[in-house]
Formats: sequence, C-alpha cells, structure tokens
Amino acid sequence: MLTAPVLSLGNSLPAATAVALTTTSLARLGGLDIAVIVVYFAMVMWIGYYLKSRANTSEEFFMAGREMTAWIAGLSFVSANLGSLELMGWAGSAYQYGILAAHWYWIGAIPAMLFLGIVMMPFYYVSKTHSVPGYLKLRFGQGSSTVAAVSFAFMTILMSGVNMFSMALVMKVVLGWNITFSIVVSSLAVAAYVALGGLRSAIFNEVLQFVLIWGGALLVPILGMIDAGGWTGLKNRILTNFQGQDYLHLWRGLGHFHDNPMGVHWTGIIFGLGFAISFGYWTTDFLVVQRVLAANSLRSARMAPVIGSFFKMAVPFIVILPGILGLVVLHNPDGSLMHLVGENIVSAHPGAGLHSYNEVLPLMLVRYCGPGLLGLGITALIAGFMSGMAGNVSAFAAVWTYDIYQPMLRRNARDEHYVTVGRWATVLGVVISIGAAYLVMNAQGIMDYVQALFSFFIAPLLGAILMGMFWKRATRQGGFWGLLIGTVTSVSLWAWVHFDPSALRYVALSPDARDMAENMYRALWSLSITVIITFVVSLFTKPRDAGELNGLVYGATVLPAEDPVAFYKSELFWAAIAVVVFVALNVMFW
Amino acid sequence: MEGSREIPIWFFIGVLLSIYGVMIFGYGLWELITGHLAHVVLARLHAPVWWGAIMLVLGLFYLVRFRPGR
Repeated sequence: MLTAPVLSLGNSLPAATAVALTTTSLARLGGLDIAVIVVYFAMVMWIGYYLKSRANTSEEFFMAGREMTAWIAGLSFVSANLGSLELMGWAGSAYQYGILAAHWYWIGAIPAMLFLGIVMMPFYYVSKTHSVPGYLKLRFGQGSSTVAAVSFAFMTILMSGVNMFSMALVMKVVLGWNITFSIVVSSLAVAAYVALGGLRSAIFNEVLQFVLIWGGALLVPILGMIDAGGWTGLKNRILTNFQGQDYLHLWRGLGHFHDNPMGVHWTGIIFGLGFAISFGYWTTDFLVVQRVLAANSLRSARMAPVIGSFFKMAVPFIVILPGILGLVVLHNPDGSLMHLVGENIVSAHPGAGLHSYNEVLPLMLVRYCGPGLLGLGITALIAGFMSGMAGNVSAFAAVWTYDIYQPMLRRNARDEHYVTVGRWATVLGVVISIGAAYLVMNAQGIMDYVQALFSFFIAPLLGAILMGMFWKRATRQGGFWGLLIGTVTSVSLWAWVHFDPSALRYVALSPDARDMAENMYRALWSLSITVIITFVVSLFTKPRDAGELNGLVYGATVLPAEDPVAFYKSELFWAAIAVVVFVALNVMFW
Repeated sequence: MEGSREIPIWFFIGVLLSIYGVMIFGYGLWELITGHLAHVVLARLHAPVWWGAIMLVLGLFYLVRFRPGR
C-alpha cells in the first residue's frame, strides 16, 4: 500500500488516502518525453555545479548568504511544500470530496502565511537565528531547542524516505519504472545539487521546479474545462451524474460532521486546521521557514510569505480542479463514466482494471497530453518530489549542524569545518532517506505511524513559539515543559484513538467525526495543553530580564527602521490584497 | 540579482522554457503539418503548438531580460 499526503501542509504531515499498485502502467513515454526529462536533470545539475563556488562559508551554505530577494524566497517557500505526492494526493481527495479539499490550500494556509510574514518574521529575522530550534535556544535555552532539533531532524529525514518510496511507487504505477531506479536517480541528483551549492542551490532549483510544475500541470485543467463545457458544463454534469452530492461548496455542508463526506465540522476546519495545524506548519516548520530566513532584508523576509500566499491560493487550480473534473470527464474504454475507488477495493480486485482516487491526476494527464506534453507533466511530478526532498535535506543539514552537532559535539570549530559537516550531513540525510524508503518498502505498515509521528510535534511547537514570542513572562522551564507535555498529549491522544476508536467521540467531540477531524482536534488539544502548561509553569518560575529579550519577544524588541517605500511596494498593502482575495474565494464557493 | 556577477535564476528558467518550447512547439508543428495527431482527447486543439509557443516566448523573454552581464 502506498500512502500519499492528504494534508496540504507539505510532505511532513499525515496521510490517509492511497495509490493502488496496479499491474500495468498508465502511460508509456516516447523519445520526446524522455528528452524532456533528461533536459530537466541536466538543468538542475548545471545549477548545482554553477553555485558550488558560492557555498564556501556556513552563512552561504546554510542560509544562502541571506541574499535572496522576496520573490525568490517567496516562490521557494511555496515550492518546498508543493511535492508531487501532495499534487496527486490532493487531486485524489478533490475527486473524493470535491472542493472541500481546497480548505487545505486556503484557510489551511493563507492566514498562517500572512501571520508569519507580517507578525512573526521580524523576530525570526532580527534574532539572526539560523533555524527554528535556534530561536527556541535563544528564547528558552538549550533544553527546548534540543527537543525540537532532535525531533525535527529525525522526523524530517524519515519523512523524506517515506516520500521517496511513495514517489518511486507512483513512478511504477504511472510509468512502470523500477522502484530502485527511481529512488537512486532522483535522490542522487538531489544529494549532488544540494551538497554542492547548499541552500542557494536548493532554493534556485525550487524556483525552477515551481515554474516547471505550473508549466507541466496547468494544461490539464485548461483542457479539462474545455472538455467539460466550462464551469457551467462542469456543474451541470456533476448535478446529473452525482445527484444529492455537493462537490462545489466549501462551507455549506460543515454544519455537522455527518453532513459532509469528510466527516468534519466547521469548528475543526477553522480552529483545528486554520489555526493549530496550519499555523504550526507554516510558522514553525523549519523546512519552509528556512527559505524566508534566507531573504536579503527584513522587508523581503516579510514580503516573501505574502508573495507565496498568492501562489498558494492559485494551486487549487492545478490540483483541486483536475480532481473535480475527473468526476465527469474520465471514461472507461466502453464509454461509461469511470468511477475511481479506494485503494482497498483496487487491491481486492486485481486485474479488474480499477483505478484508485490518487491516480486521477496521471489519468487526466494521459487523457490530454501527447508526446512532449506528457513528458512535461511527468517532469512536473518529478520536480515536485525533488523540491520537497531538497527542502527536507537542506533543512536537516542546517538543524543537524547548528542545533545538534555544534552545541553538543564540537562547539568551537572553524567555519570551514561546519560547512564540511553540512555537506556530509546532506549526503548522509539522503542515504538515511534511502534506507528509510527501503524500510518502508519491506514493512509498509509503519508508514502510517511515521506520518502520524511527525504531526505530533507541530502543534506543541507552535504553542511554545507563540508563548515565547508574545509573552515576556514565559520562562525557560515553562517553554520546556509546555513543549514536552504538549507533545506527550498529542501522542497519547493518537494512541487512545488508535487502540480504542470509540474514543474519537471525546477527542473530536463527536462520534460522527472521521480521521481528518481527529487530526484537527488532536492538534487543537495539544496546542492548548502546551499553552496552559507553559503559562502555569512560567508563573512559578523566574522570568528573564527584559533586556535579554530584545529581538526575541514582542514588546521587548526594537525593530530596525526600514526605508519608507511607496504603498504599492509595502508588504502590508499586499497582505491586505491577499486577505481580500482569500475572503472573495471563500464567499464565491461558499 | 543575488550578489555580484551571479547568473540570476530567471536566466536558468529562460533556458529551460526555451528548450522545452522549441521541443514541444516543434513537435506540435510536425503534428499540424503531417496530420499525425496523438491519440489524446482534444488533439484537434493542437495544444503542443500553442502551449509550446507560449513556453518559447516566455523563455526567450527571460533569456534576454536576465542574460548574464546585462
């Protein structure tokens, strides 16, 4: 069984749907398609080799010299999150649940991205931290930092392996490629260009991959809409073929858990997804925050997530729309409407020609794209995987070197030494990822556990960071115990439901709740516990002097003055525009 | 763009889009001229021609606009 991401919060969050392993491939590549893929690999290697000379110091290797413009940091910020499994998993979810899946791109991302840019970025940037665990060290001391760094490094690299295996399995399903071939070629390419050029190379390639993802995937919804007869035609065909089912409204069916196929409630979407999970991922996961820390000024660092938010809002056009279009345009060879099914049904009927939900994007690609364009679409999937993996290993290398190796193993080495450690950490990260991929291949049952594991850390980390950043009274002991107990709470709630499914009525507040609702409410509970524990422990322990909190805490920090700019170049102006577009989209598809 | 004398990422994007544009537009023209359409839905719209042309134009724009040494 192959599991693909169901949350749009990167390749780092839990999964629920699956791509079935079929015996025959969906597509066959021609010479032109192969050439398109080869050109892509040549280009990424060229970029890595070219940037090799610009990754000599630790600041250059780990932070790209802090020279990225707002546009580059912003596109990289979104691209690191836009993995191929993400594309396929969410297209499959859109086929299953309709436009409800867009919540993970809109309310599940946009408010958090804007909050990061406008409110939190000044503290990350002014403190000159190299990582999120690094910020925790400055604010709460080594204990909290170590908990966050070790859990992040371990889970990031493990998740990278899980995604690597999933990607290779997708290539086997879609193209019939050998799994080892896919793993070795793609991971070696990532290892080479990140080890050579460091974060700058990862970021440059992520921008390139972002353009490629759009170039390869955008044609599918365009042709799909023509095929379906436009938006009106799509609506009419859904009404005709799926009477009584609502695929095109975001909020109308969220009044009760049993009113929508996802089994979620609007409170879970707003507070669980829109706050605990989304803010946890977009504002504290170093995988994405690292891209913004590489910006060339505070203004660029604040503008980057704002720019990214516009592209994030547009992603449903190439992910959600193709999934919904698949409901009405995909047909069997006999002309009847094709019905995609769950992975368990496909597995139970081998040879029946069934396809699973997550195959909707490749099926759409094969439907519309001939030679060349098919290669471009496949390259977009490969690019998505590589950008996600590069994000994982570059973040791993930085956290390993700065937050684990330097404070615990070798404190006062020369700068060149840490660059060397970073390069080897990159290679080592890829090697461990490959090992994790084969581990998963041989014991696929652990995949769900691995993906659940990563989700345990996100919401508690958000609680600790928010308390540290916005409450001067929060103490080291408060931060440490809040983070630890919040994480234990998250694990315990998961285990409770895992071993006693009826506990869902307590964790998710309703017996009608389903898996996704459980994720949302579990995040909300663990975040709340973290905040409460941090608050209580802080009240009974000695706070730090206000002077020590400059650059770290709201109300104790003097932000550097920036040159005034015209209003249309201001991050506040564009954040306001983003809010208007965000609200308009939600109203439009209410 | 990022630092002195560095080739901007937009130039690399221009190179990639231009190469892809030539390949896909070229194939689309061949399809158009010979009438050998690929077995895909909406092949009559000749997507490779206009999609390849768009990529080529965008690629050339970035190539020129962000060429090294400009």
